Parts: sequence; structure tokens; C-alpha cells
Amino acid sequence: MERVPILKIGDILLVSIQIDMEDQVALQLQEDLADRIVATGCHGVIIDISALDIVDSFVGRTLATIAAISKVLDADTVVVGMRPAVAITLVELGLSLPGIRTALNVELGMEMLARERATDGEDDDEDGVEDTETPAVPTP
Amino acid sequence: MNDQGERVEVTSDRDVVRVRQLVRTAAVAVKLSLVDQTKLVTAASELARNTLVYGGGGWVEVAPVDSGRRKGIRIVFADQGPGIADLDLALTDGYTTGGGLGLGLSGARRLVDEFDIATAVGEGTTITVTKWCR
Repeated sequence: MERVPILKIGDILLVSIQIDMEDQVALQLQEDLADRIVATGCHGVIIDISALDIVDSFVGRTLATIAAISKVLDADTVVVGMRPAVAITLVELGLSLPGIRTALNVELGMEMLARERATDGEDDDEDGVEDTETPAVPTP
Repeated sequence: MNDQGERVEVTSDRDVVRVRQLVRTAAVAVKLSLVDQTKLVTAASELARNTLVYGGGGWVEVAPVDSGRRKGIRIVFADQGPGIADLDLALTDGYTTGGGLGLGLSGARRLVDEFDIATAVGEGTTITVTKWCR
């Protein structure tokens, strides 16, 4: 069975799907990616589907599952490179891929992940500030 | 590709990939637009997977058609599986008995121009779809 390679680039895992995947290959990718996230501690996953000329409900569901698994393992997933005809078909099929972040290409996907990581940091800071202010608010 | 159509036996994941490739080649040959090629191949992928997963395997036949006014592709998906007891329910978005998303049958119907289904419990299911050039 063929396998989809997973490349590590800095803090990001990059997956570029270049083959017409059998369902088993897609499921294998899901497992391999979970293993690699844990093994590398990467916080971002980019899945490049620019070579795919179709995304059916099975592959769509696999992408959504990968995004959900990554999230649980503290990594954000961005799907990049979807072809226009694939987008049109997916929506008509009834699959709008909720929960999946998308970007037009790998570069924009990397920017999105970097922004996300930076914003997460800020959110933590804001939470910290609120926490210290909260006790001072009640008891007028 | 000749006008007789080509048949693929569907008994494994790999055959679903073969169906996609066969349909893509046929769709290009009759000059379906890129979006229509994508829709037809996607519909074929959903239905071939149904033939495998729900029908327990079967066959798919892809053939060019010509109505005189326009050309297109007709695909037949046939299995001798358990059949579909409640067709209306099976064609409802989100309904599934197989743990999928429940979009295969209903979604595939939206992606083609003509969709015909013949099914009998205990005898199997045959689905015929057609996509016409615009």
C-alpha cells in the first residue's frame, strides 16, 4: 500500500497529497500524522491538496478528522491548495468542511499558523490580566 | 476508448480508484467542462464506494452517450447486495447506516443530471447516472 509522506519544516508538519488515495491510504495518513505530531511536538499541520482533482465525502471526512485529532494534540491544521472545481463540487455534494481552516497555498497557510500561534499567546496574556482584575470588581 | 463502454469489477478500495480514473478519462474524452468532470468523478467515487461497502461489491460500467443533441457519460453501478429498504430515507442528507456522513447517495444525485435507482430488498441495487455536456 502506498503511503503519504509527512515532512517536518521547523514547527510545522507538511503533508502534500500527490496520489489518488485509496480509502485505506487516507486512514493510514490519519494515524501517521497523529504519531508524528506527538513524536515531534509540532504545533501546526499543513495539508496540501493542490494535486487532488477530486475530494469526495470520504476524503473530506478524513481531513475533518485529522483536524480534530490534531487539535486534541495541540496542533492547528490548515488545508491548502484546494482547486476551484473541487470547492464547487464539495459544496454541492453538501460537504462544507466545518472545523477545517483553509488557505489558498502553502505560504499563506504557514502565515495563518504563525498568526494563530501569536494570537494564542496574546489570549493567554489577556486571560491572565482578567484573572487578576476579577477579585477587585465585586464588593462595592 | 470505444463506444461499448468499459466495465470494472468493484471488490476492493483499489477498484474505487480505478473507477475514478476510468470516469475521468471518459469525461475528458467527451469534453465535459472541468467543473462537470470533477462533479461526475466525485459522484462516481461516492457511488462506487457504496457498491463496495453497502452492496458487498459489484460492477461499474462507464459509457459515452449521444442524444443527437448533445454528448455525455452514462455510468451504471450494480450490486447484488441487500438492497435499500427505505429509498426516501436513504436519499436524505445525513442519513447513514454505515457510519459515514450520509452524503454519498444524496450528494451524488445533486452532482449529476440524471439519476435513476432500482433496488429490491435481498436482490441488490442498480444506479444509473448521466452527465451531459452543456
